[in-house]
Amino acid sequence: MENLAKQKIIEDLLPQKFGKQGTIWVIVLLVLCSIGFYAYCRQLYYGLAVTGMRDYASWGIYISNFVFFVAISLVGSLITAVLRLSDVHWSTPLTRIAEIIAVSAITFASLIIIVDMGRPDRFYNLFLYGRLQSPIIWDVIVISTYFIISLLLLYFPLLPDLKIMIGFKERNGKWLQKLYIFLGSFWKNTPAQFKITDKAINILAITIIPVAFSIHTVTSWLFATTYRPGWDSTNFGAYFISGAFLVGSGGVLIAMYIFRTHYKLEKYITDMHFDKMGKVVVLLALLYLYFNVNEFLVPAFKMKKSEEHHLLGLFTGEYAPIFWFAISTAMIIPILILIFKKGRKPKAAFVAGILVVVGSWFKRYLIVTPTLLHPFLPMYDVPASYKHYFPTWEEWAIAIGSLAGALLVITFFARIFPIVPIHETIIETESNENETHL
Amino acid sequence: MAQNNSRRDFLLSGLAATGVVTGCASKANVFEQSFDEQVKPSGKMVKLLSVDGEVIEVDEAYLKPIPEMPIITNAEERIGIPGRKFVMVIDLSRCKSLKKCQAACDYAHHLHPDINWLKIYPMQDAEQAAPYWQPTNCMHCDEPPCVKVCPVDATFKRQDGIVLIDSERCVGCRFCMAACPYSSRIFNWEAPGVSDKIASVPYSCEKSVPQIKGTVGKCDFCPDRARENKLPHCAEACPNGVFFFGDMLEDSVTNGAETYRFSELIKDKAGYRLMEDLGTKPSVYYLPPVNRSFPFENKDAVVE
Repeated sequence: MENLAKQKIIEDLLPQKFGKQGTIWVIVLLVLCSIGFYAYCRQLYYGLAVTGMRDYASWGIYISNFVFFVAISLVGSLITAVLRLSDVHWSTPLTRIAEIIAVSAITFASLIIIVDMGRPDRFYNLFLYGRLQSPIIWDVIVISTYFIISLLLLYFPLLPDLKIMIGFKERNGKWLQKLYIFLGSFWKNTPAQFKITDKAINILAITIIPVAFSIHTVTSWLFATTYRPGWDSTNFGAYFISGAFLVGSGGVLIAMYIFRTHYKLEKYITDMHFDKMGKVVVLLALLYLYFNVNEFLVPAFKMKKSEEHHLLGLFTGEYAPIFWFAISTAMIIPILILIFKKGRKPKAAFVAGILVVVGSWFKRYLIVTPTLLHPFLPMYDVPASYKHYFPTWEEWAIAIGSLAGALLVITFFARIFPIVPIHETIIETESNENETHL
Repeated sequence: MAQNNSRRDFLLSGLAATGVVTGCASKANVFEQSFDEQVKPSGKMVKLLSVDGEVIEVDEAYLKPIPEMPIITNAEERIGIPGRKFVMVIDLSRCKSLKKCQAACDYAHHLHPDINWLKIYPMQDAEQAAPYWQPTNCMHCDEPPCVKVCPVDATFKRQDGIVLIDSERCVGCRFCMAACPYSSRIFNWEAPGVSDKIASVPYSCEKSVPQIKGTVGKCDFCPDRARENKLPHCAEACPNGVFFFGDMLEDSVTNGAETYRFSELIKDKAGYRLMEDLGTKPSVYYLPPVNRSFPFENKDAVVE
């Protein structure tokens, strides 16, 4: 491949400084994180009473945020592992976006769980006295494993890019240069090194798939191992995983569009990528819709006494507005947009991605709290505030703060490292040229 | 040669130094007060029995109260009272929802004012079925779903059948609250707001006092009372004798005034357990509301 063309690719893909919009974005996120942190300090001092949770709605938007984060983080395994192992090449520029979304989301999943604990100062009890029989301990084990594998899948493909970036000493500045050298100066681009990392990436890509399936299955079992209506379902593992792939892909659509427009990456994240990713989202939305039909239509047919109150509450009762909003924005409208070729153009796909993510967040809330407010025995001998749930400002601040924090991690990552893999793009372009020449 | 001597010298000097230090520090009587503990004698003498079996007189000012420690260790509390299997029978035909049981339990455990471990539900199983009051507390299940899911062994089932909570280990994840189908568990969303005297009582799983912010709580079958051969607070407080408490191995339950053979009582009065089909195997039996002592009156009910 011509050196000029190679240089052009490198120049286009190197991380860029924040412009005006970027700085405003970072400042807004930092402010949201600080408000969330202040609210958390209040929660530590006064106890969880500052939230809207009470004995019946004992899990609220912290837990639905946790499920949301774990769900989004599955996209790392989908794009980096599943598509790579299926020998799909169009997804190569999207691998690092998917992987940083995965790492950031799984980190904040762990943080929001600690926020939800009544006694976070006793966190070490989980390791000193952990019971292997508890689904929570299974979750701790698989999430830690997934975090480490995702981090490695982020790091190994980054090594050749680090070597390229170390060469731009003046552009990097003192601290970034030190960081790049610390992380990757041992990388010499030798065939022996490539052999090791290629093998490692292959092994990790294979192992991450069962681990990814495990994290969301075990998370779904936090609900499915109880007797409650709406949770006592054998469908939950597959239902959660299909929803997870959907919301993660929606997140990738959003990230693709934002990085493409801000960093002027139109040549690398092309219309073809939106077209293909849009088709993936349609497939996943149809699959999730199928699981939703199974999850709701079948119990509604029977209307068991314990489930009747819960189901009617979702379909026509107090949760009906949120329920139908979530179903339409997470699945139906995105399908209608993305099923047409015009709908898979970048801007339309971006809108569809936003709808998927927003609808999915509300869907996760509907999985967690309404069931808790439909217990087997009547809600009685409790203060009136116990019979409803609406998050307090502290809860909103902390939940939004955690989302802002996850976005901040992704933003800073894109500032420090190239968001589209440079080395892999060069390899892909070279192999495409060789193919056309043949 | 020189090195050996220096080592010997070092050891000897070390011994000498230790001897000097001990000599200075040794007292004729180790039970004497140390310098910073000087207390003036009050003049009032108290008669005590010495370790040799003699009666001695000691000035009252020299006596120091020992801190109030639970006499049962945490390990013993986790094992339970050997040879017992506690069971409760609630006679629904006698309940008028006076809530004396609830008040006694709330007071004895110094609960937060919003919290009740024992709730009395107005129940009606079907449209044509009879309404009745149902006092409901923890079922102390033999297959407890709460114990299955606890990640840190903070809630556990003992050999005497009681399911307890160790509020010093609970991390407040509230998974047990989600798992319990009987809504038995409460959460201390904030500190219970007790007096300093209660707050300074050392925590014991059996007494469950004081309740700790950020942890789960529930009915504990009052094992501290059982050790003293007393009934739980709810059983003792009920003026109508609704609560029968006893031992399945001894096959007897009592409400303080009446005692029955547990197996005969359940068979005669057709006792049942709540949500039997879930397979939790509760330890609380209910006697159906037949031959009611009082008509059902619900002052809180909305008149439609």
